[in-house]
Amino acid sequence: MDKIRIALAGNPNVGKSTLFNRWTGMRQHVGNWPGKTVEKKEGTFHYNQQEIEVVDLPGNYSLTAYSVEEVVSRDYIVHEKPDVIVNVIDAANIERNLYLTVQMMELGANVVLALNMNKFAFEKGLKINKNQLSQLLGVPVIEIEAVDDTGSEQLLQTIIKVSKSPNIVLGRLEYGNEVSEHVEQIKNIIDQDISGLEAPSSWIALKLMEDDPEIIKKIEETGKGQRVIGEVKKIQRHFNDVFGDDADAAITDARYGFIAGLVSESVKKPKIDKITRSDLIDRIVTHKYLGIPIFLLIMWLTFQITFTVGDPLGGYIEEAFALLGETISANLGEGFLTSFIVDGIIGGVGGVLVFVPIIFILFLILSLLEDSGYLARAAFVMDRFMHKLVGLHGKSFIPMILGFGCAVPGIMATRTLENERDRFLTMLIVPFMSCSARLPVYALLGAAFFSVYQGWVIFSLYILGIVVAIIMAAIFKKTIFKGMSAPFVMELPPYRIPTAKGAIIHMWERGVLFLKKAGTLILALSVVIWALSSLPVGVEYASQESITGQIGTVLSPVFEPLGFGEWQATVAIIYGFVAKEVVVSTFGIIYGVGEDGSGENAEETATGESSGEISNEQASGEASSESVDETASDEEVAPEENPGFIAAIQGVFTPLSAYAYMVFVLLYIPCLATLATIRRETNSWKWPAFAAGYTFAVAYVVSLVVYQGGLLLGF
Amino acid sequence: MIKSLNNLKQGESGVIKSFKGKGEVRKHLMEMGLVRGSDIKVERVAPLGDPIEVKIKGYSLSLRKEDAKKIEIEII
Repeated sequence: MDKIRIALAGNPNVGKSTLFNRWTGMRQHVGNWPGKTVEKKEGTFHYNQQEIEVVDLPGNYSLTAYSVEEVVSRDYIVHEKPDVIVNVIDAANIERNLYLTVQMMELGANVVLALNMNKFAFEKGLKINKNQLSQLLGVPVIEIEAVDDTGSEQLLQTIIKVSKSPNIVLGRLEYGNEVSEHVEQIKNIIDQDISGLEAPSSWIALKLMEDDPEIIKKIEETGKGQRVIGEVKKIQRHFNDVFGDDADAAITDARYGFIAGLVSESVKKPKIDKITRSDLIDRIVTHKYLGIPIFLLIMWLTFQITFTVGDPLGGYIEEAFALLGETISANLGEGFLTSFIVDGIIGGVGGVLVFVPIIFILFLILSLLEDSGYLARAAFVMDRFMHKLVGLHGKSFIPMILGFGCAVPGIMATRTLENERDRFLTMLIVPFMSCSARLPVYALLGAAFFSVYQGWVIFSLYILGIVVAIIMAAIFKKTIFKGMSAPFVMELPPYRIPTAKGAIIHMWERGVLFLKKAGTLILALSVVIWALSSLPVGVEYASQESITGQIGTVLSPVFEPLGFGEWQATVAIIYGFVAKEVVVSTFGIIYGVGEDGSGENAEETATGESSGEISNEQASGEASSESVDETASDEEVAPEENPGFIAAIQGVFTPLSAYAYMVFVLLYIPCLATLATIRRETNSWKWPAFAAGYTFAVAYVVSLVVYQGGLLLGF
Repeated sequence: MIKSLNNLKQGESGVIKSFKGKGEVRKHLMEMGLVRGSDIKVERVAPLGDPIEVKIKGYSLSLRKEDAKKIEIEII
């Protein structure tokens, strides 16, 4: 038997993914739609020896050309022509859900309706006569519950049946005389003038009347569209004259009009809306005075759980890798190959794995927040603040908060934003949130130069990061994201109890994706950095003679105007690209801290494990200072408490140049894990390259202003 | 009495009379069910005064007041 190709379609939050997971389990493939940043999920499963290939289309409310997700879905239906489209419908919200259904029927798709969440519909007092609905629409309607197996058999049997004898759905839709007549008129011209179109000509006629930019372009490209387009213009004027509204609105009205008719004949609604459980919860959660404190509390918990549970776990991974490295070094002896294995490979793998606990935990929490329905409320509560401040959507708040822990999960959390431009803009500014990996740098320089004021100095850096993020967001909105309307039109789905299975699959999916896509890139770049630090053969790791050292020496004059033109400072900046806290350990190595007799411990840090040091620190990734402190207190003195180290640092910087240096470390190129994550999330090299370039420019300018301004003021 | 949607108080309801303006946001809102003749009720206003939550076609939708301004509601 040939395999059947089906697609799952439906509005967001209707249980589409639950059904997809139920069918495919862990046998799913997650990738991107060709050339798009939209995620594509596919999987294969068997039912009664029949192989079924299923594609999970993005959750859509409509099929316009305004959002990438909608374009992806309709292009798939038009070009790939799946055998069956399973349209999952939230029975409790049937009227709006059917809006997508009729549009798929306009495309002539072989649709099967899967009515989900019937329990909620029942609680709401809705009674749906599915036979009546099926007859009126001319497509099968099956009641299911995606969370258990209810209706599953029947749905699958129906899918197989209609895949063999597709329903003819074109012509079932009634859009009223006015619209239908004109559609017919345009359709006839299209049929006469243009051939070889993949989509039904009646659909193209509708889309032309709706002023769909993509379809207009396609028709113009055929070179034979003049007559059709002229006629469409005439009809659009006619609509404006007669109804005082455009054809576009008239068609939307007509679709809802048709749906209203369907619903009045097949659904019984209660006379008075019952007060739902969601209403009761919302009265508290979005309460005038309680709403924001509740939101902040939940954010605080998210942050705390992610980083206090995730960091120690990351720390164990880090220690395990350090131990492995030591064991290998001990057995193989010092040498170039050992250094490659220990510092390059093991250090690199450790640097990837250290993120895994944070990412798994974060996505577990995020998916609980999203599936329960709270995430939409969070956006509702915070939207005004974010909109006024940075011109972003309320949902952008969460990635930015996470950025204070680590930019990697922050950027991954931008997935919760539906609008692509919002997502990109948020990704570009999240790295300015001062992540915990910068803290060791602040701690070292703060202790060396600002003693009692270091708390204030560090606080000022956090504020500076936020201010720069706000300014950059404003600039981007006026330049590269110009004309970004960022509408805030969001459904507030009813609260639901999230399923453990759904949350775990989601978490697993994200974790694995990070490992596969971002992880391999981080590993590759780590090896490159290792090579640059160890070549030419025989040099001491990261010394001035190594390639990195030489690059640092050549580049150092560039930083002269910022107050830190020494090659050591520049080399530390290069290593900070691996992970920002590596700046500290780089200073440790370069200054051979132990030499001025500050004790055995420092000796070990500086020379005993000289080659291991960077990769160990790197392995801690962007994990918080806690794990750094932890390892530090075990066997070494924390750098900021090491008098010899402090003295060496004090010889290089002045308080002003130290502050300029911290500002630079705060703002310059996000670490490579962040860039790799941006690469993965945007599915292009353009955005990480841009992020690297522009943050460097911003860092340079701001540090320059700080240093030169400080000199002028006499600091 | 006709009022624009942003001026409706919490708990107030009516029927959509017209939707002024043009463009992407309007289209999107109409597709979400804000079409002429639909019943609409303002459920609540966000703690900071914007956006608002409305009940439309049996579900909850939030939108900003700047967009709600363009929607005229007949209060019954």
